[in-house]
Amino acid sequence: MARLHEYQGKELLKQFKVKTPRGSIACTADEAFKVTAELATPVVVKAQVWTTKRADFGGIQFAKTAEEAKTKAEKLLGLQVQDFTIDTVLVEEQIKIEREFYAGIVIDDSSKCPVLIFSSMGGSGIEEIAEAHPDKVAKVNIDIVEGLRDYQARNLIRATGISGKLQMQLAGVLVKLWQVARKYEARSAEINPLVLTANGEIMAADCRVTVDDYAVFRHPDLGIEIARELNRPPSQLDKIAYDVEKNDYRGTFYFIQMESGFKKNDGYVGFHGAGGGGSMMSMDAAHTQGFKLANFTDTSGNPAASKVYRAARIILAQKNIVAYFGSGSGVASQEQFHSARGLAKAFIEENLSIPAVIRLGGNLEDKAIDILETCTKGLPAPVEGYKKDDTAHFCAERLRHLVETFQPDSGAREKFEKPDFDKPYSFETITGKITFDHGVCAECDHHACVEACIPEILKLENNVPVLAISTEEAKTGKCIECLGCEMECVYRGKRGAYIELPIAGLDEYVGEED
Amino acid sequence: MAILINEENRVLVQGITGREGLTRAKLMMEYGTKVVAGVTPGKGNQTVLEVPVFDTVKEATENVAGINTSVIFVPAPLVKNAALEAIDAGIKLLVIVPDRVPMYDVLEIAHAAEQNGARFVGPNTLGLLSVGKGVLGMIGGRAETARQWFRKGHVGVTSRSGGITSSISYYLSRSGIGLSSIVHVGGDGIVGTPHPEVIKLFQDDDDTNAVVMFGEIGTTQEEQVADLIESGKFTKPLIAFIGGKAAKSGTRFSHAGAIVEGNRGTHESKVRRLREVGAHIVEHFDDIPKVTREVLDDLNLQS
Repeated sequence: MARLHEYQGKELLKQFKVKTPRGSIACTADEAFKVTAELATPVVVKAQVWTTKRADFGGIQFAKTAEEAKTKAEKLLGLQVQDFTIDTVLVEEQIKIEREFYAGIVIDDSSKCPVLIFSSMGGSGIEEIAEAHPDKVAKVNIDIVEGLRDYQARNLIRATGISGKLQMQLAGVLVKLWQVARKYEARSAEINPLVLTANGEIMAADCRVTVDDYAVFRHPDLGIEIARELNRPPSQLDKIAYDVEKNDYRGTFYFIQMESGFKKNDGYVGFHGAGGGGSMMSMDAAHTQGFKLANFTDTSGNPAASKVYRAARIILAQKNIVAYFGSGSGVASQEQFHSARGLAKAFIEENLSIPAVIRLGGNLEDKAIDILETCTKGLPAPVEGYKKDDTAHFCAERLRHLVETFQPDSGAREKFEKPDFDKPYSFETITGKITFDHGVCAECDHHACVEACIPEILKLENNVPVLAISTEEAKTGKCIECLGCEMECVYRGKRGAYIELPIAGLDEYVGEED
Repeated sequence: MAILINEENRVLVQGITGREGLTRAKLMMEYGTKVVAGVTPGKGNQTVLEVPVFDTVKEATENVAGINTSVIFVPAPLVKNAALEAIDAGIKLLVIVPDRVPMYDVLEIAHAAEQNGARFVGPNTLGLLSVGKGVLGMIGGRAETARQWFRKGHVGVTSRSGGITSSISYYLSRSGIGLSSIVHVGGDGIVGTPHPEVIKLFQDDDDTNAVVMFGEIGTTQEEQVADLIESGKFTKPLIAFIGGKAAKSGTRFSHAGAIVEGNRGTHESKVRRLREVGAHIVEHFDDIPKVTREVLDDLNLQS
């Protein structure tokens, strides 16, 4: 889920004319000084991090003067809180609070609609308040098409014992909160506390909005870099992976780094799952064998082979992993040889130097395992493929065995070099570029590339493979990047085909890590 | 009988001319599903896989008699329109395969479905299959393998994970336990036909003697199933596995979620509630066939 910071949420509320305390963000102590000087009132300096109970670690500080605000901001900025570093504070005027309330909207799975919750008691510990004082809390389902009507909000507030002008004022805010949630497709949107000030105004003193990950693409104005729920800022590798996912709609690719900075003997494996449930089970199996997981990756939903290739390359970019474990549900509906080709290509280009066990059970599993094992023969490390009758536990055991018995070459890891072409014939695909070296192809007599091409867009001309369609058609999706032409050529040809599938930022990342 | 799909379904494929739509329409037909028409806006007036393709769903239902089911394979941002179009044309069962459908779009679809007495499975579903009768979506991948993997019988399967729907069903079949219908309810937070809805359908299905459920952490689906058992609305034996034990119980950032769900949603709460009402909780995934066999034998039920 894409979470917004307090100050971002408040910006959205302001668009809908919900009052918030005057103030501004500051990324340096000097900025905090400036903001306070301009406000010319005592201020509160609030750390902008995604944790609850900020007051507990001193994330909410009060200051009377600009000088004091500067000192307080200095203390907060750069502070490490859980896995986050505070890089922004919100400096706001202090307000005199008469009374605190709570307002929240969340999508409820059982009623399949947004639910609005209002509590006449708000502030810290709202969940406990709700449990202890059920009579102070009221909920109403919102009709997704009709929206929230003013009278519904008033009746909701009335149910908590509030009447008159206050009821009307609060209702106005609730309707606006709904409008914010609807416009920005929030999975949850909360104001806690919603306050009544000494001047009789209703103000949002805090705000938390979480936008639906799947809807982030419709809200570029929110500037969300990675539409994922993480308990830390995204790592460089997370960002590289997210870029791949964002630019390729075919199937799913999910990557998060779970650990970094570990050593070779810490026993971390690169994990490549397929499908959520099967991945969870497979991770449990790896844990049982004493492995720790460096990352979580899921490629599923019939992804293009090129996407699986990129996922594998990204997993292998993690320094000091001792093994590669690929395992999903074990009985996949998708045709598994696509994944096998993607993995084999990545392993070849990485000149794989750690053992790999891949559970490829599912449709056409025999073909998948044959491709995987044959194409990776001769690599420095062993690669084993397994089928649907082999459990995740068995496969994790095999991996444990390989890690224990594998003797790595002492020699330095050879780098894969893009082939030199004698007579290159190239065309672009959706995300890459295919080249046939017609100098090599002329010597080949079985042309496995043309036979392997699933969309049948290749033909032989003068005994060498060429496109049977226009280059424009190949680029816009007729070539499905099944990698058949290259991998079949590796499998039984003369290695005359090469597909370049760039991954933005990956080479630079690996260079920095080394 | 069987649930959701049997010989009576006459199926429309929305997005039939696309990469997935075409491949999966072929699978469905080869398995025996009666696919009778396709729709792709702007690509009407052609024939694909020997069925007519129309520009709109309305045009399809006017020209081809008896369409009562639609399987949707269109890119996620277009799903809402496709689903609303099908519901508006009077189709009563939708299977929404794509993932990454925005949640507010799903809420709108749910609203329209309720108003029109329609039901949808998904989004983010591999689909569903009634053994020997038909498949909607892409379970099995190929008709030939679907026939090999899934054996006919009297155990129903409902799962929150697509891959696991196939693997549980395959492992049950391999150990001699036959299946009536298998359903992937969809992997998202909001789905049209969650576990409790599938469970109610299995209750009314004469072909089903017991149900195997694969649950996961998050949402209140499994707890709702426990509520159904408690209130006597589901009386058949339930064998359940809940995934995600090792996963950190989701850090909650929204108080609102906690207030609405209370203590529901965690691995512990799901297992506890299901145990309380007498469901058979399986601890190790690989034991599902064994436990299912024991439960059936104890009750003298046919598999």
